[in-house]
Amino acid sequence: MEGFQLGYKIFFLFAILLITLLVAMYATWAERKVAAFMQDRRGPNRAGPLGLLQPLADGLKMLMKEEIIPNTAQRALFIMGPAIAMTTALLTGVVIPWGGTFTVGSQSFSLQVADLDIGILFVFAMVSIGVYGIMLGGWASNNKYALLGSIRAASQMISYELAMGLSIIALVLVTNTLSLREIVEQQSGWHWNILYQPLGFVIFLICAFAETNRAPFDLPECETELIGGFHTEYSSMKLGFYLFAEYINMFISSAVIVTLYFGGYQMPLLQDSGLSPNLITLLGSAFFFLKIFLVIFFFMWVRWTLPRFRYDQLMNIGWKGLVPLAILNILITGSVVFFSDYFK
Amino acid sequence: MTFLFYLLAAVAILTAMMVVLSRNPVGSVIHLVLCFLAIAGHFILLNAQFLAVVHIIVYTGAILVLFLFVIMLLNLNPTNEPRKTPLTRFIALIAGGLLFLVLIASLRGAMEIRAANPFNHEIGLVRDLGKVLFKDFLVPFEISSVLFISAMVGAVLLGKRDPLTKN
Repeated sequence: MEGFQLGYKIFFLFAILLITLLVAMYATWAERKVAAFMQDRRGPNRAGPLGLLQPLADGLKMLMKEEIIPNTAQRALFIMGPAIAMTTALLTGVVIPWGGTFTVGSQSFSLQVADLDIGILFVFAMVSIGVYGIMLGGWASNNKYALLGSIRAASQMISYELAMGLSIIALVLVTNTLSLREIVEQQSGWHWNILYQPLGFVIFLICAFAETNRAPFDLPECETELIGGFHTEYSSMKLGFYLFAEYINMFISSAVIVTLYFGGYQMPLLQDSGLSPNLITLLGSAFFFLKIFLVIFFFMWVRWTLPRFRYDQLMNIGWKGLVPLAILNILITGSVVFFSDYFK
Repeated sequence: MTFLFYLLAAVAILTAMMVVLSRNPVGSVIHLVLCFLAIAGHFILLNAQFLAVVHIIVYTGAILVLFLFVIMLLNLNPTNEPRKTPLTRFIALIAGGLLFLVLIASLRGAMEIRAANPFNHEIGLVRDLGKVLFKDFLVPFEISSVLFISAMVGAVLLGKRDPLTKN
């Protein structure tokens, strides 16, 4: 039976990989549609109905383009850059609980690859390694715009990681656990963490924008100043990997946001509806993805609404705005938790 | 498990050697990253998940990124490397050789150390680690945090420009 479960885990791992890639693929399509909607255009509508085959056409175009590695580039690192970006983006999906548990006969199938004791910290570790992909790629290009882009990326990500970590600490004070599955289980009914941690949620959300290099924090690629930033010298599928990794990051960070603050696969009234457990699991996963898509839509909404920050504004918001706010949030949360235990 | 241990140990030693041997400073940093990841793997084998992840976050994710940052900005290349005369090379060889001799000598007299307490598999998990840190070792823990704060204040002071010599 051990081997059977192992086989299931491997199968599930590939399923998650494929779903992540599929969602990221259609996120590029959705981004263009949302942008078109906001700017009163039609968006892609030639390839297939509603332009649904557009991502495939884009992928094919990327693959067919000429592959150029500049003569002055550090060859090995130049190739490693996009690979690291892609790998770290995909690795986080391992700890996210995508749903409850299916029970078939005496076997139970958990819709999570690994329920780590330290789930949140694992997510955080992958985010902090992700910066290497951008930094190495930018440096190895041997181009001043690429170098500037990668330096901006590194300083931005380190600055915002700090506030992100502090907002997670406040969340952990409330939940008393670092395991993502337990955090989701605690949020059944209306006990979503956003109601207990509104300030922490806002801080986490802003940091998630900064960590995924999305507008208004897309300074590392900033076309108007850095003509593409860290990926200026990249072409063909290596550029494709960088752009695609950004969409994967957006999907995964939406999943993390939903898991931490919006109840994950829990839905109010679903537990008491009297449906069979397997059906509830299935519906829960469907609701999970629905919530993720709403958060992804929010990401796109912000991108096409707000202008980009200036570099000094970015640093001021990070260090003088978010970090003190996050510390204040920890103080408030800590004292509330302490005194509610004390007077009980 | 034993196979994993030997694999990780080999990776750790090999990459640690490459850190020293690599001619390219960025290459050194990347090998150091790999070495730290292998050590994090060792922590996981000991069921110390928290330590492993914190090791990755702090060392790989923060400190080495700053290393890389500085090295990228310094733009080191062989032309502006300080010249080593034969004399300095000879002195370095002797000093290194003596250090090696001391290490070998200390290993000769070493004996197998047995753990005073039986190994507790749960000790590396966050809940137990937190309890040990904040109950049994609270004072040393707080003292080390004071040390960190003084180091931070020192760094800020060094980084700050002196108002008198501003011009």
